[in-house]
Amino acid sequence: MLGARGIEKSFGGVRALRGVSLALAAGEVHALVGENGAGKSTLIKIFTGAVAPDAGEIRLRGELLEQNSPAKARSLGIAAIYQQPALFPDLTVAENIALGKETGSLWSKVDWRARRTHAAALLERIGANIRPGALAGELSMPQQQLVEIAKALDANASVLILDEPTASLGDRDTENLFRIILELRGKGVAIVYISHRFEELGRIADCVTVLRDGQSVETRAMAGTTKQDLIRLMVGRELDTVFPPGETSPGNIALEVRDLSCRPLGVQSVSLSVRRGEIVGLAGLVGSGRTQFAEALFGLAAMDGGEVSLYGKKVHIRSAADAVRLGIAYVPEDRRRHGVILGMPVAANTTLASLGSISKSGFLRFAEEQKAALGFVSRLGVKTPSTETLAGNLSGGNQQKVALARWLMTDPKILILDEPTQGIDVGAKSEIYRLIRQLAASGLAILMISSDTEEILGMSDRVAVMAKGRIAGVLDGASATPYNVLELALGHQVTVQ
Amino acid sequence: MKFHPDREWPGLIALAVLYIFLALAVPRFFAAENLRDLALSNVSVLLVAMGMTLVIVVAQIDISVGSLFAVVSIVCGLAAKAGIPMLPLAAVAIVAGAALGAVNGGLVSYVKAPSIVATLATMVAWREALRWSTGGAWVEGLPAGFQWFGLGQLGGEIAIVGSTLILFAALWWASRNVAALRAVYATGSDSEAARLAGIAVTKVVFWVFVLTGALTGLAALVNAVRFSDVPANSGNNLELKAIAAVVVGGTPITGGRGSLPGTLIGVALLGSIGPALTFLGINPYWEKAIQGAIILVTVLLDAMSARRTKALASR
Repeated sequence: MLGARGIEKSFGGVRALRGVSLALAAGEVHALVGENGAGKSTLIKIFTGAVAPDAGEIRLRGELLEQNSPAKARSLGIAAIYQQPALFPDLTVAENIALGKETGSLWSKVDWRARRTHAAALLERIGANIRPGALAGELSMPQQQLVEIAKALDANASVLILDEPTASLGDRDTENLFRIILELRGKGVAIVYISHRFEELGRIADCVTVLRDGQSVETRAMAGTTKQDLIRLMVGRELDTVFPPGETSPGNIALEVRDLSCRPLGVQSVSLSVRRGEIVGLAGLVGSGRTQFAEALFGLAAMDGGEVSLYGKKVHIRSAADAVRLGIAYVPEDRRRHGVILGMPVAANTTLASLGSISKSGFLRFAEEQKAALGFVSRLGVKTPSTETLAGNLSGGNQQKVALARWLMTDPKILILDEPTQGIDVGAKSEIYRLIRQLAASGLAILMISSDTEEILGMSDRVAVMAKGRIAGVLDGASATPYNVLELALGHQVTVQ
Repeated sequence: MKFHPDREWPGLIALAVLYIFLALAVPRFFAAENLRDLALSNVSVLLVAMGMTLVIVVAQIDISVGSLFAVVSIVCGLAAKAGIPMLPLAAVAIVAGAALGAVNGGLVSYVKAPSIVATLATMVAWREALRWSTGGAWVEGLPAGFQWFGLGQLGGEIAIVGSTLILFAALWWASRNVAALRAVYATGSDSEAARLAGIAVTKVVFWVFVLTGALTGLAALVNAVRFSDVPANSGNNLELKAIAAVVVGGTPITGGRGSLPGTLIGVALLGSIGPALTFLGINPYWEKAIQGAIILVTVLLDAMSARRTKALASR
C-alpha cells in the first residue's frame, strides 16, 4: 500500500533520517518503535506531507508520490492522529470534524443539521459519548483524542498513522480504539502504530519496524518478538568514543533534593543528589517530567513539597532570582529557542543573567561587558564575527555556547543543562562535551538532562531515570547500560546489583 | 538599545527633506518665534512618547495616556486653585500620573490582561469619571503663581523646554547604560527567554507602565502652566500622537528594539506638519492626511526591511 525507500532528511546539520525503508501492506497493523530522536516523528511528517524528504522515494499503491503536501496526503487517503490532539478549541466537535471537507461551493449555505448528524454517527461508531455541538476546547484530553479518531475515520483513509494515540486515553477508550483499529484493518486499511507500550504492540500489531539513529534497523513479525528483543534492537550499538574521558573524583554533595514535588507540572517526590565535580545524567522519555523538575528547582515553577539543600545547607528557592543568587544555573532546552535572545547581541546575551556584576549602582560598564563577553567567546570557542553580532545570526551550536556563557558568567556552583546538544551538529557536539567535562573538573556539580541515551551514558558519572514524574531508578557503573536506561524510562522494573 | 541608523533613517531623512524644503520655500518657518511655538506645543507629546517608547519596546501598548493626561491636568488645576505651591504641586502631578500608570501596570502584569484591553478600559474609565465629576466644566481662573511656574513667560518657557530636554537626554542615556533598562529590551525581545534568564518580567512590565504614567503626569503639568484655564477634554488623541511618533521613529510595534532619538525625530516630524502647512498656505485639513501617509510609509519601509533581514538570515 505505502512504501518508503532510502528516505533521508537533515535539519540544519543534523541528520534526522539517513536511509529509512518501510513497506506497509493493506490490512496490516505495522508498529514503529525507536528511542526519542530515532526519527519516528520525522518519518510520519514525511508521510503526511508536513516535511519534504531530501532523498528517497515514497510510493502509494505503487505510484510515486511526489510533491507531497498535507492537502495532497489527505486527498490521497493518508490520515494521522498525533499524541497531542490538535483540534480548534473554539469550534464545535461537528465543525472540527467537517473542517476541510466542505462540499459544494465556497458560498453555499452550510448544512448544520447534516454536519451534526454526520458527526454523531461517527462518534457513535467509535463508541464515544460526546455531543457534536460541544466546543472542542471544553472536552477532556481523551475526549479530544476520540474526536481526532473520528476525524481520521471520516477521511476514509487507506493509510492511518497513529502516533502514541493511547498516551492520553484511559482503559475503556483504549479498548474502543483497539476495536476500531482491528475493524479498519479488516477493511484493508494500512495502519502505522507508534507506541512505547510494548504490551499494546503485542496485542494489535502484525509486524514491527525498529528505527535507530534515523535508520530502519529491522522489520520482523510481531509474533514471537519479545519486549527484550525490541529494546535490544532499539539501543543495540556500541558507544562511540566521541566522549572525552572524565576524571571522576566527585567531592562533597553539592545539591541534595528530597521529595521535590510540583504537582501542577506532574513532578512527584523526586529525590536526587549531585556531588561537586560530578555529572549526573537525567534520562527519561519526552514528557517524563525532567524539564519540569529542572524548572521547579530553578524557581520558575512553585514547588509544593520537598526540600533542597546546597552543600548541606537547606535553601528556599522561590524565584529564578533566588536560584541565581544561590549559585544555580539553568541552560534551558534549545528546542524551545529561548536559551538566548535572538534579537540581542552576543555581549548583551552573555551578561543578561549577571547584569549586577557588570554594573555599578545600576549603571552598565561597557568595558567590563566587552571584557567578559570576549573572555567567554575565546574560552568557549564561540564562532562569531564580533560580540555585537546578534545571537540570531549564529549557528545553533554557537547559540548554545552563548547560552552556556551566560550562565557560567553567574559563577554557578550547580549547573543544570537541558538537552545541551539537541539540534547541534556532530562537530559542535564534541566541543560542548569537552566544555562540560572541563566545567565538572573545575568543581561544578552538573545535572544534565538528555534524551540521547548514548550521550547520557557517555558523559554521566551516574544516571537518574525519570518516568511519569518520578525517579524510576539511579544507575551507575556496570548497571548504567542503554538497556537498563530504556527499561526504567518505559516504566519497567530493573534489578540493579 | 543603540542608535540603529537603518531603523531611524527613514524618519530622519523625511525630517531633513521637510526642513530643507521649508528653508527654501518659506524661510520664515525658522524664525525664532515659530520654533519656540513649535517646541512648546510638542514638549508634552515628547514626554508621553518617551514613556510610550519603553512601553512599545517591552512589547506592550498604552492607549490610556490621553485620559491620564486629562485627569492629571484637572488635578493640577484644582491643586493650584487650592493654593498649593509649585514644588509640591509638581510632585503631586508626577505621583498622580505614576499611580494611574500603576493601575495599568497592575492590570497587565499581575491580572494578566492584554495591555490593549486593560488600557482601553482605563482610557474610558478615567475619561468618563472626569466628565462625571467635573460635569465637563473647565478649571478657570488659575492663580498667577501657577502660570509659567511663576517664572514669567520667558523663564517658564525655558524651564519647560529645558527640563524636557534634560529628561530626554537622561532617559536616552539610561536606556543604553542602565541595567534595568536592558531588562526592558530583553523582555520585549523574548519574554520567555528573559524569564528563563532570571529576569522578573512581570516587574519590568509593571514599572514601565508606572514610568509612562509619571512622564504623562509631568507632561500634563508642563502643558497646564501654559494656559489660564484647564479644559476638561485635554489630552484627546494624545495616545495616537505618541504611538505614531514612536512608530515613525523606527521602533517596531512588536517590541524588543527601538530608540529614544528615533522618537524625538518622530515627534519633530509629525509636529512640524501642521505649522508647515500654515506657512505654506495650504488648507490645514491636510495635516492628518499627511501624518497618516508618513505613518504608512514608515510601516511599509519597516515591513520591507524585515523581509530583507529574513531573506539574509535564510541564505
